[in-house]
Amino acid sequence: MSPAQPTAAQLGLLACDCCGLLSRRAPAGPQRLAAACPRCGAHLHSRKPHSIGRAWAYWIAAVVLYFPANLLPIMQTSSLFDSQRDTIMSGVIFLWNDGSWPLALLVFFASVVVPLLKLIALAYLLVTVQIGMSRRRHQRTRLYRMLEFVGRWSMLDIYVVTILVALVHLQSLAEIEAGPGAIAFGAVVVLTMLAAMSFDPRLIWDANPAQERQHA
Amino acid sequence: MDNPRVSTADPHPLIACHDCDLLQRAPAPQIGTSVCCRRCGARLYRMTRDGLDRCLAMTLAAGVLFIVANAFPIVTLELQGVRAATTLFGAVRALYAQHMELVAALVFFTTILVPALELLAMSWMLGPLKFGRVAPGLSLGYRWVRSARPWGMIEVFMLGVLVSLAKLSHLASVEPGVALWSFGALVMLLAAAASSFEPHELWARVDALAAEADPQPMRIA
Ligand SMILES: [Zn+2]
Ligand SMILES: [Zn+2]
Ligand SMILES: [Zn+2]
Repeated sequence: MSPAQPTAAQLGLLACDCCGLLSRRAPAGPQRLAAACPRCGAHLHSRKPHSIGRAWAYWIAAVVLYFPANLLPIMQTSSLFDSQRDTIMSGVIFLWNDGSWPLALLVFFASVVVPLLKLIALAYLLVTVQIGMSRRRHQRTRLYRMLEFVGRWSMLDIYVVTILVALVHLQSLAEIEAGPGAIAFGAVVVLTMLAAMSFDPRLIWDANPAQERQHA
Repeated sequence: MDNPRVSTADPHPLIACHDCDLLQRAPAPQIGTSVCCRRCGARLYRMTRDGLDRCLAMTLAAGVLFIVANAFPIVTLELQGVRAATTLFGAVRALYAQHMELVAALVFFTTILVPALELLAMSWMLGPLKFGRVAPGLSLGYRWVRSARPWGMIEVFMLGVLVSLAKLSHLASVEPGVALWSFGALVMLLAAAASSFEPHELWARVDALAAEADPQPMRIA
């Protein structure tokens, strides 16, 4: 079978992930050294190495930390009269009750919805690649691009805590301290970003190339 | 030893899609148009008019704004006569002082270190190129920019500042500082610089300069 639409990998070509230059694959020999891009020097590979395994490893670590990130307080406010611990969710509820619901929605979306959707979507992409699913390739590729784009916005709450901590230390009047939830939350954001970066979207198109034409 | 590089002299060079690996012939470049993958629709590259020059100008301007944004307080808070102000680095130090070293490091890395190094690397690459020279270490700088870019999060930080101002505004009076406006302008400049940076054009120019310097072509295809 000669594919109607050959990929670089099928013709023994390697596209540099970094600068896009196409190179010929070095002949397979006893010592297949890691090749470097002749133009920019980046490590060359047809697909990201150990893409699935690395993405799952980051994914599992992110899921484990997802719970402390949401259950532990991300900040603690103490004033003259009381002290209050806020988790991510209680911060959203506070904003909502306060009447600033656009802000509540924004924080809810960036801090709660995006990380959760990211974890679910990554698992979906990984599982469908592993079972060799050939349907919905376009949708899955688009999902991957969306993941890469929205992931960073979850850092929002980390920056909010940073600014609040720095500003609100008015000695006797009020004081805000960052809580352990912030560490876990920051780690979740970084780990989900690493998981998305480890995943290679070209794997979506590698499965069962024979079925591809009837679908395309 | 022959060079494994596939010809770049071809007017319609082969390119592989970075999202689905499909090989395709690049259509004749037209200024202002994007070339997208035939199969998955990923944007492969775009032709701009003097995109690299605009990118350099905006990078240099962004560098100035970056310094201003870091040198001055972002906001000043006032509550019953007590005032507090913070710069970005001051905020990192406040986190550090609360034994939140990891979070402090994350904030420092994503809002100060990565953006600063990225601006330096971009000027280092594009500045000499403007005068027809390939900067030493250009490919290293390029690879660095490519891998560091997702970790620079100034625009997210800017949104975080606005959210915290809104949160504080009914507790105390908040007064935006010079740095806040600088950050706002910086976010826009960085977005404009990123959108006018086209790796395809950078490498086309570097390849052309290399061919000029060394007329014997290093292609075999
Ligand atoms: Zn390369
Ligand atoms: Zn490799
Ligand atoms: Zn494609």
